[in-house]
This record gives sequence, structure tokens and C-alpha cells, in this order.
Amino acid sequence: MSVSMKSERPSRLFRNLNAKIASVPMILTALVVFVGGTAWTVLYSFTNSRLLPRLNFVGLDQYYRLWAAPRWLVSIENLLIYGVLSLIFSLVIGFLLAAMLDRKIRFEDTFRTIFLYPFALSFIVTGLVWQWLLNPEFGIQGVIRGLGWESFNFDPLYNSSIVIYGVLIAALWQGTGLVMCLMLAGLRGIDEDIWKAARVDGIPTWRTYVSIIIPMMRPVFITTLVIIASGIVKVYDLVVAQTSGGPGIASEVPAKYVYDYMFFAQNLGQGFAASTMMLLTVVIVIVPWAYLEFGRRGRT
Amino acid sequence: MRFKMMAAALAASVTLPFAGVASATDLEVTHWWTSGGEAAAVAELAKAFDATGNHWIDGAIAGSGGTARPIMISRITGGDPMGATQFNHGRQAEELVQAGLMRDLTDVATKGKWTEVVRPKSLLDSCTIDGKIYCVPVNIHSWQWLWLSNEAFEKAGVPVPKNWDELVAAAPALEKAGIVPLAVGGQPWQSSGAFDVLMAAIGGKDTFLKVYEAKDAEFAAGPDIAKVFKAADDARKMAKNTNVQDWNQATNMVITGKAAAQIMGDWAQGEFQVAGKTAGKDYSCLPGLGLNPMIATGGDAFYFPLLKDEEKSKAQGVLAETLLDPKTQVAFNLKKGSLPVRGDVDLNAANDCMKKGLDILAKGDVMPWTDQLLSQDTQKQKEDLFSEFFANQSMTPEDAQKRFADIIGSAD
Repeated sequence: MSVSMKSERPSRLFRNLNAKIASVPMILTALVVFVGGTAWTVLYSFTNSRLLPRLNFVGLDQYYRLWAAPRWLVSIENLLIYGVLSLIFSLVIGFLLAAMLDRKIRFEDTFRTIFLYPFALSFIVTGLVWQWLLNPEFGIQGVIRGLGWESFNFDPLYNSSIVIYGVLIAALWQGTGLVMCLMLAGLRGIDEDIWKAARVDGIPTWRTYVSIIIPMMRPVFITTLVIIASGIVKVYDLVVAQTSGGPGIASEVPAKYVYDYMFFAQNLGQGFAASTMMLLTVVIVIVPWAYLEFGRRGRT
Repeated sequence: MRFKMMAAALAASVTLPFAGVASATDLEVTHWWTSGGEAAAVAELAKAFDATGNHWIDGAIAGSGGTARPIMISRITGGDPMGATQFNHGRQAEELVQAGLMRDLTDVATKGKWTEVVRPKSLLDSCTIDGKIYCVPVNIHSWQWLWLSNEAFEKAGVPVPKNWDELVAAAPALEKAGIVPLAVGGQPWQSSGAFDVLMAAIGGKDTFLKVYEAKDAEFAAGPDIAKVFKAADDARKMAKNTNVQDWNQATNMVITGKAAAQIMGDWAQGEFQVAGKTAGKDYSCLPGLGLNPMIATGGDAFYFPLLKDEEKSKAQGVLAETLLDPKTQVAFNLKKGSLPVRGDVDLNAANDCMKKGLDILAKGDVMPWTDQLLSQDTQKQKEDLFSEFFANQSMTPEDAQKRFADIIGSAD
């Protein structure tokens, strides 16, 4: 009897039962909190909820208002500038630092620690530190003027047209250390023999990096990309600590718009509409990529 | 500081049962009064309430109203209400009342004859929704003051202005002497508030009400308001080199003579007092910018969430009575630098500027303020507009006025 039971093919559902039971809480959390919460938010973004959520539908009104609001447009523009530049610079600088550390230099540990250290600080601390450094009276500008270069001008946080670059500097200072570490791990994972082969073939070092090493590090790049990108979309605390969105509304970001309209303006509907737009942006970026990435893997 | 207060509150709540006050009920009161003068004023309220045999548990939330209000509201809507909480009276708690989450105080009010003692009447009106009273006003704070540093004008060699126009005229001389003519901090509510003050001072009460109460968008786009935008344009030019964020940093520029003037509410007076400056000698104040002396009757009020515990509900009633008690009113408002809400109290200790305010109040030259007239949503849109207008010199007053009229048109 028991023999015949065993010979039956176990149902797919019950394979690895322990593991499946163990992951039930996480599955529930994901479904209820993430999916459920998202659906709820999207639904209420079509209502005119103020302080309290109410199911009083007004169609796309909140979205019309959102896209007519100058502050939202400034926020989107800032996020684009900040996002593209921070993606490029943190990848390039992170990789360059990692490649340099990988050249078997002296005091590698020391340098690694120094570069990674800013990452141990929260965005709030980073924001405050850079607020002071970029303050025209006490910071970099003040010091250099004090050294005798009277006409030196560097006050990005007080200039509407370049304030977002001041925020970017702080973000890069904080974030590139992590990118460097990830890249370094990727570089260390490259087989020593590949370097030897490249050297035997007389390929210049830079060429080896560009044509051999970087393509081999694709998984590391993708992991890094996801980590940086998620950090970009939700950037909030850095701006709050460094500029509070100022001068005027010049350094506002979408996440801050959502928070301000939900809680300060007591207009949940508007805040939900803005957060739905943020979600939509992420979906538009992620879905095609995930389809390419995982869809292809599924077929092979 | 906060930790100490909390520790004291905890210690007090532990020792209290042994103190033999059998009927004592603990009531948690949340507020955002955390600066030195403010904390001293709250202590007066706590003392008065403790004297009734109940116990005040202090729930101070640091970081100004913008930070505190979301916390308070989410506690009330989330089913963990406090005993009482501060709001600016007006429309901040309107929806909470409509949702039936706040306690109706009409019985206490009728007993205490609030309609007779509270002055001006508009204070109680903004606590009243559908004929029922939901809050206790505790003070009057008005926005419409121009604070001037006498020292700065002396240094620039021009007489201290008597009104806004004279300040604008004196601006070039001040700038030549290296003084910022007008300090406006970077926080959005400051530029938005300064604009409202300009409108009330230049346009007068009727203009102000036509825009903010009647919400007449056509009028807001018209020539009367264009004049106000012209003044705001002057203001932002004078404020160009302020480079500070917080309002008290901006006030500090006036105190130290780095800036000549600031448009700010009467709470700025606390800063002058702490710095040891004397009204009339070191600094001057012009209510209504010297053009239109009026007092807006904004201010703080306490709201009481609906509680199930009967003991606590009773204590809420006692607290409501205590807050309006003449003695409490005097003690509290002297420390706070604000005006009392009762006309029948004596304020001999008031300084020059406070006396000016009391005079205007006695004459009845009062008007409602934006906290009472506009929803928080509209206020926020206005803040976005004016913080951009003040920071971005290339935005023309005409463009700003068009956007302003749009906001008024969609206001509620």
C-alpha cells in the first residue's frame, strides 16, 4: 500500500511543502500590503477624498489638476535630471573606483572603508552635512573666498536653476561607495585566467575592461541598476534635509509632492493621484525590462 | 528637553496615585508649542488644570504645526485619540468634526456663557459647525505686523518708516549700507503669509474678504489685486538676499540689525523679548504695515476628540472650562505673547506692541484670517505659488496673479 503511494507522482503543489508554508506570511504580506494597498490607493485616486478617504468618484479630475500643477511639473523635471545623472555618474564613478582598487594597490582596505563610509550615514545626515558645505557663508565658497579668491562663486543651493545639482552632489557622495563595493565584488568574481589570457593576446588593459570584463559583469550591473533606480524614484529625505524643496519650488521631487498633499494639504485624492503616477512611471520602466530579462531566461 | 518633560510626566503619573487625589483623571494633551516661551506658556495651562484635581499629561510634538498636525490627525482617525489637542482654529479640524470624531462642547459653552465672554465673536464662530461648538479658543495671534530694527535705519541714515511705502522708499539707502531691507525666510508659509498681510494692508478688509471669503476669481485677476502683486514684487526684491530658512532666523536678522524689517505675526515678539530688546527703543512694530491697522483673529484652539471613557469626558469638560478661565488666560497669554480671548481681563504687564494690539482689538477692527477662510488644500497651493514667486525673480507679477486667480477660482 505504502509502496503504491510512493510510486504516485507527488502533486507539484506539495513539493517542498516546508518551504512553501514558511513563505506564506511573506506571500500574504505581499498580497495584502503591497498589492492590496496599491489597488486601494489607485481606486481612491479617482475620488475627491480630503482628510479622510471617501468613495465619491470624480473621474480623472485629480489627474487633470496634477498635470496642471507647476510644482508637479518641476518635480518631474527634477526627478528626470537627478535620475539620469545620478544613474550615469554613480555607475561610472563606482566602476572606476572599483577598477582602481582592483589593480592590487596598497592600502586597499583603507580606501575601501573611506569610500564606503558615507553610505553608513542616512540621507538626512548627508543632506545636513552638504547643506552646510554648500552654504555660501560658511561652506566651500566661504573657505575659498577666505583664502583670497574673492570672486569665487559656488552656492548651488541658493540658485534656483542649479539647485538640483547640489542635491545630486550629496547623493553621489553618499551612494557611489556602495556601487563601488558591488562592482568590486563583481570584478573579484572574474577568473584570473581571463586576465592572463588577455595579457597573452596582448590586449590593452582598458580594452579588456570594456570588451571582456564589463560584459561578463552583466548580472552585477543589473543588480546595481535596480538598487540605484529604486533609490532615485523614492528620493525624499535628502531633499527635505538639504533644501526643503527650495529655493521656492526649484528642488521639489514627486515623493515630496505626495507627502505634502496627503498630509499638509489634507488632500488624499491629490496625493494618491500623484503616487499612482509615480507607480505608473516605475511600471513603464520595469515591465519591458523584466519581460526581456526573465522572459528570455524562461525560454532557454 | 522633551525627554525631561516626558520623564517628569511619567514620574508624575507614577506618584500621583499615592498623592491621594482619588478623583484625578489623566488627560493627554497634544500640541506643538516647543520653543522656550511657548513651553513656559503651556506650563501655565498644565498648572491650572492640575489644580482642578486632574492631571495634564504633556504630549508636545516638536517641529511646528506642519509636522504635528498629521500625527495628531492620524491618531484621532486611527482610533487612538488623545484627551485634547491643539489646532489653529478654523478649518484644520473641519473634516474630523464632520466625521463625528470630535466632542460637542455646546453644553460646557452654554454653562460658561462663552458667547458672551469670548471676544471677538468670530473666534467662537470658527469653532462652531452646524450650530454646535467644537473647540475652545485660547489666544489671538495676528499676522499683520511689520517689525523694524531701529538700529538698522540709524545705520543707513534714514528715519524709521511709519508705513510700508516709506520702507520701500528707504530700501536703496538700506541696501547701500549693506542691510537687507526685508527678511523673508525660505519656508513656504512665510512668503504666502506675507502676501496675505500685504493684501489686507493695501487692499483693506473688503478686498481681502472678497478674495478669500467670496472667492471671487475675476476680482482676484483684476486691478485691485494687481496692486498687491506690485507690492509683493517690491517685497521679493527687497528680500532677495535673505538666505535663511526658518522664520526665527529671519527675525534674528532684524534683531541683530542685519535686516531692517520683517513681515511676521506677533509670535515674533517672543524672539525680541528673549533677545532682551525693548519695544519702541530697539525695535518698532507697525500693525497692518502702518497702512491699515487691523488684527486678524487667527490663533490657537483646543479640540476634544470624542472619548468612550466617561471619567475622561468629564475631565475634558473641566479642561475646557479651565482654558477660558480669566486667570489662566492672563497667565498663559503673557508668556505666549498673544492676546487673550476674553475682553474682561486685565493685561497691565503687556508691552508697547501688545498694547497697540489690544487697542485695535478694543476698537473692534478685526477680520478673519486665511486659516479660517481657506481649506488646507488651497493654503498649500498658495504656498507653492508664493514660495516660487519669492524665490524666482524671473516670474512676472502678471503670471503669478493669473495663477493666483486660478487657485482662488478652484478654492473651497
